Amino acid sequence: MADGGGAAASEKVTELSGSGVEKGLPRRGKASSGRTLNTAQIPLVASHPEVYEPCDDSFALVDALLSDKAQLLTLKPRLCMEVGCGSGYVITSLAIMLRQLASGTQYLATDINKHAAETTQATLEAHGVHADVIVTDIVSGLEKRLAGMVDVVVINPPYVPTPEEEIGCKGIASSWAGGLNGRQVINRILPAVREILSERGWLYMVALEDNDPLDICHLMSEMGHSEYNNLFRPDWFKA
Amino acid sequence: MRLLTHNMLASNVRGATTGYPLKLEAAKWVTKEVELNADFIRGLLPKIDWRALVAATRALGLPELLPEEQPPEEEIFAEGAAGVEGSAIRRIHHALLEIHVQEGSLVCPDTSRCFPIDKGIPNMMLHEDEV
Ligand SMILES: C[S@@+](CC[C@H](N)C(=O)[O-])C[C@H]1O[C@@H](n2cnc3c(N)ncnc32)[C@H](O)[C@@H]1O
Repeated sequence: MADGGGAAASEKVTELSGSGVEKGLPRRGKASSGRTLNTAQIPLVASHPEVYEPCDDSFALVDALLSDKAQLLTLKPRLCMEVGCGSGYVITSLAIMLRQLASGTQYLATDINKHAAETTQATLEAHGVHADVIVTDIVSGLEKRLAGMVDVVVINPPYVPTPEEEIGCKGIASSWAGGLNGRQVINRILPAVREILSERGWLYMVALEDNDPLDICHLMSEMGHSEYNNLFRPDWFKA
Repeated sequence: MRLLTHNMLASNVRGATTGYPLKLEAAKWVTKEVELNADFIRGLLPKIDWRALVAATRALGLPELLPEEQPPEEEIFAEGAAGVEGSAIRRIHHALLEIHVQEGSLVCPDTSRCFPIDKGIPNMMLHEDEV
């Protein structure tokens, strides 16, 4: 099913890592100037009491995409996908960033939270861009037919170390609750992403020091991802 | 949800063998025009399950939109075809990218489990005992 399975993979995992981060939740931050032309506009981002609002981690992810914009334009992705789209800030920003491509690029976004899916849809509409939004666990239901097809995957996962019970519980806590070392959801995400990424595909994922980003990179390379960038951004949680 | 996404979605409910294609039951759908990109369609077409796409268009009550068998590539990508009203590439583009199902459901072909589409968003979540 996957394109030329077994061929040398050329994927690049770009990972953000905040070191020196205080334990606990990311703080809400303001988008820095220069970000707004190419990204979703905060006042147009929809919200819901049970949906994660754009925070410093969301901005860091969009910054990483922005700094790779030239490469992304060269890549001319056919399919881009966000897992855990929340407010829709990230996928909307990506669609805006790549709008000039006129390459027919299509966008998909998933979230386990139905309110998040609806909020994302509203945010996309407010910016005049489109993604098909699906309520599902990670990429469940898409993994077979999308195997090897997605060129860009972006994820700001629930990564905060928490007691296991908080995972997947109802309410806003499931937006960030990552269980042991913040890795419980991430560990399910990685093999799923590996399935759907195309040979030239890139994954952008937010991670904390606590998540052991080097180990994440090693896991991805064991799964066939031979190259990765590790962008340490010690500053992005300070705001 | 566009039919492109329908073409990529399967049911993972316990007891499903392939869970594909999902039977589309659309109560409400709209069309929104988007620019046609022949290169995009060319790259995508080999990945499309034609039968599932045709079944989806029929489920919408559009029996004339696509033929039972996929037209040959020479015809679809013939020079200038994109500019011709009613050409195969225009129809395929329309079917995949311009139809948005707003309300309805997706039914698992193996188990009849029904996944609702609400405000354009399919909900594929399973209960614990369904996984
Ligand atoms: C940290 S928030 C990020 C939201 C948004 N992408 C952003 O950057 O602002 C994580 C999101 O992942 C979603 N999520 C958590 N577990 C998930 C799962 N198993 N499958 C899909 N989405 C999940 C949450 O509902 C939440 O919206």
